[in-house]
Amino acid sequence: MADRINITIDGEKVNVDGGLTVLQAARRSGFHIPTLCDDDRLKPYGGCRLCLVSIEGIPRPVTACTTPVTDGMVVETSNDHIERLRRTIVELLLSDHPNDCMTCDRAGDCTLQELAYFYGLRDNRFWGERRRYEDDDLNPFIKRDMEKCVLCGKCVRVCREVQGVGAIEISYRGFGAKVCPPYERDLNCEFCGQCVSLCPTGALSGKQWSGKGREKDVKKIKTVCPYCGCGCNLTLHVSRNEVIRVSSEPDTINEGWLCPKGRFGYEFIKSPDLLKSPLIRKNGKLEEVTWDEALKFVSEKLGSIKEKYGPDAIGGLSSARCTNEENYLFQKFIRAGIGTNNVDHCARL
Amino acid sequence: MAGLATVFGSGAMSNSMPEIEDNDVLFVIGSNTKENHPIVALRMIKAIQKGAKMIVADPRKVPMVKFAHLWLQQRPGTDVALLNSIMHVIVKEDLIDKEFIKEHTEDFEEVVKAIEDYTPEKGEEITGVPAEKIVEAARIYAGSPNAGIFYTMGITQHSHGTENVFSIANLAMMTGNLGKASAGVNPLRGQNNVQGSTDMGCIPNNYPGYQKVDIKENHEKFEKAWEARLSENIGMTATEMIDSAMKGDLKAVYIMGENPAMSDPDIEHTKKALGKLDLLVVQDIFLTETAELADVVLPATTFASKDGTFTNTDRRVQRVRKAVTPAGEARDDAWIIKQISGLMGYEMKYDGSEDVFNEIGTVWPAFAGISYSRVESGMGVQWPCPSKDHPGTPFLFAGGFPRGKGRFTAVSYREPAEITDKEYPFALTTGRELFHYHTGTMTRRVKPLDEISPEAYVEIRPEDASELSVENGSLVNVSSRRGTIKLKARISDRPGRGVVFIPFHFKEAAANVLTNTATDPICKIPEFKVCAVKVEKG
Repeated sequence: MADRINITIDGEKVNVDGGLTVLQAARRSGFHIPTLCDDDRLKPYGGCRLCLVSIEGIPRPVTACTTPVTDGMVVETSNDHIERLRRTIVELLLSDHPNDCMTCDRAGDCTLQELAYFYGLRDNRFWGERRRYEDDDLNPFIKRDMEKCVLCGKCVRVCREVQGVGAIEISYRGFGAKVCPPYERDLNCEFCGQCVSLCPTGALSGKQWSGKGREKDVKKIKTVCPYCGCGCNLTLHVSRNEVIRVSSEPDTINEGWLCPKGRFGYEFIKSPDLLKSPLIRKNGKLEEVTWDEALKFVSEKLGSIKEKYGPDAIGGLSSARCTNEENYLFQKFIRAGIGTNNVDHCARL
Repeated sequence: MAGLATVFGSGAMSNSMPEIEDNDVLFVIGSNTKENHPIVALRMIKAIQKGAKMIVADPRKVPMVKFAHLWLQQRPGTDVALLNSIMHVIVKEDLIDKEFIKEHTEDFEEVVKAIEDYTPEKGEEITGVPAEKIVEAARIYAGSPNAGIFYTMGITQHSHGTENVFSIANLAMMTGNLGKASAGVNPLRGQNNVQGSTDMGCIPNNYPGYQKVDIKENHEKFEKAWEARLSENIGMTATEMIDSAMKGDLKAVYIMGENPAMSDPDIEHTKKALGKLDLLVVQDIFLTETAELADVVLPATTFASKDGTFTNTDRRVQRVRKAVTPAGEARDDAWIIKQISGLMGYEMKYDGSEDVFNEIGTVWPAFAGISYSRVESGMGVQWPCPSKDHPGTPFLFAGGFPRGKGRFTAVSYREPAEITDKEYPFALTTGRELFHYHTGTMTRRVKPLDEISPEAYVEIRPEDASELSVENGSLVNVSSRRGTIKLKARISDRPGRGVVFIPFHFKEAAANVLTNTATDPICKIPEFKVCAVKVEKG
């Protein structure tokens, strides 16, 4: 942690950590600066140029995300000149964007759309050639719509910096620049979907949730992943009693990162194979019964075995998948209700 | 966990996930972290970017090796020899933390004696790891202020698993790597709430919170709290229950959300034992391999239809929240347990899951300060947390060990229970892969996951495969003394010579048809990580 220093942002004096960038200092002090390529969990990049700010003593605007704060610095986050520059940047990005927000999954949750709205961009001075890409996705997880890519490079950087994989790069130059794997074919991907979670537009999304519902239609419920022991926080996106997507927030133990199971492995929640009724074996076959019948059968049978052979003839196996509360109740039932310490779970398996 | 509980007095990850990135050294042994704890692996990668060194010890070239400064490819089941020879070097080169040993531990001399013979050369002979790499590992590990050890089932699922854990504890204690941030002994837990199940007392010798059932005061305390007569005898572990059922002594088993007919070693043995019961009750979300054998199947709900808490690998209690209503007549597990208990004359009345949670805090002091309102955020609270104003505990043993002094335990190398021979020349090791989880009941019902990883396979080295004239993708029979499975060969440079690997997610070719029921004498964990097999063209 660096020393605290004093800077001035938009005329307001603020005291900030001296190790921050201008962007971080501004955000932490409550000032808004637009960005497309920034994420606090990635290294500063300076690619999108939207975070341009004016700093006293520096003749031209600089990118806030790559400029460290210094004591006494005077920053202006917005003025006519800067806003004109930002507006032009967004206009250029939109000039070869499909602009099909009506059918895009990201509508309502898209940084580019927000910026276009903010700057009131309907007409475009730069209409012209458009990038055209064929849809050639063979993987079952990630849907790519590269015509919507703004080349912010977040996907490339998260893959390399955070995931340690480096499956994709920005290849080619100028108008032909695009994100792709080496030689556009040797995809060495772990399908964690970190890239999907950072994409600011509709360029990268999940195949599973494509067309299932947009931001305004979902209810978001925070919970914890049911797979390994990392305890990643999941945000379940629910629409019409169905989990249609999983995401995660940065302010969690997992910093918003997930693995393929956590991010894409939720379909079992509505699997047609889910058990829907209690079953009792009758004449060798499991047959559907009512809860009353099943519970009566189990309790009477356990009761008679306890009576005849003693409580230690009964054992219970609890579950590392169930909650603390359920595990507590289970062992309490076996210990206090049945009267034996024969209770275990699969910690060893 | 029994191993750590014996030497420290508490069995859990000593440090926490966020601390990982500030370790100076990460010693990853018997853990395929990138595939099995992917988010922990990200913290490790961050640590390396900050300048940490990583040693990976694994019989397979697991993906983490790519990030390691040093890879030790020990033969399966030789971890004690590897660790002893590393310690031998540390003692010989005087890299020990004398003050820590004196202040906080006992019986160090026993270990010095036990490792006397384990020169790096002897280590090489047993483990196959070159002596100079053993020396280098010792210097890296002991040569920095903060070194953490990370391990999983590669250490514990052995017939001498507890001894492996003792060795790890010895190594950490002699270098003073306990009781501080960004170091420690860190078993990474493999299932979402395996820490919680153990904490909650779903183990035969402990009430909730590791309070032993055979200590009179505990017994009296819980009889009073639960208003019931309790047994004073230590109960049976899962593997002991199966053996008891086989003998006909155990008559009924009630299984909640477990699939032993897939996850146990030698599953034919388990199925036969379960078949002998007078009553098998299985409560689950799917008709699992185990449920198919049941007399009664009770439909439970998925995590997405539940309120409650999970405790993750770093003792972090976090909130689980209901998002969707369950399918059909399925009910949450708590409701089912309470119904059966009530019908049997032991009423359990609670006003929702929070009410249950609050009761746990009344019987386990380390939980007393945690409440639903405190675990609202995405960081949860880490036990021990004894009071409402206690912040929780990121790393354990700050002022010493719960049992007083940390105990060094002299350990000698023993061979695995089953070793390779002429007839069964390959050492089989089992585990998970990135795209599936455990017995596959959930992930194999997720289309994209099943599409990317649709079928069972056996990993085999190119040299071994060519000796058997086996090609990549061709069918082979893999047999042990317990059974045979047929699956595809995946030729890979991951395993060493004479080692094959099979993931245990696939019921069509269940790895646990082959595995050995030999267990560790102390914690009863089965030896999933080594058994002898042969591979033949199918």
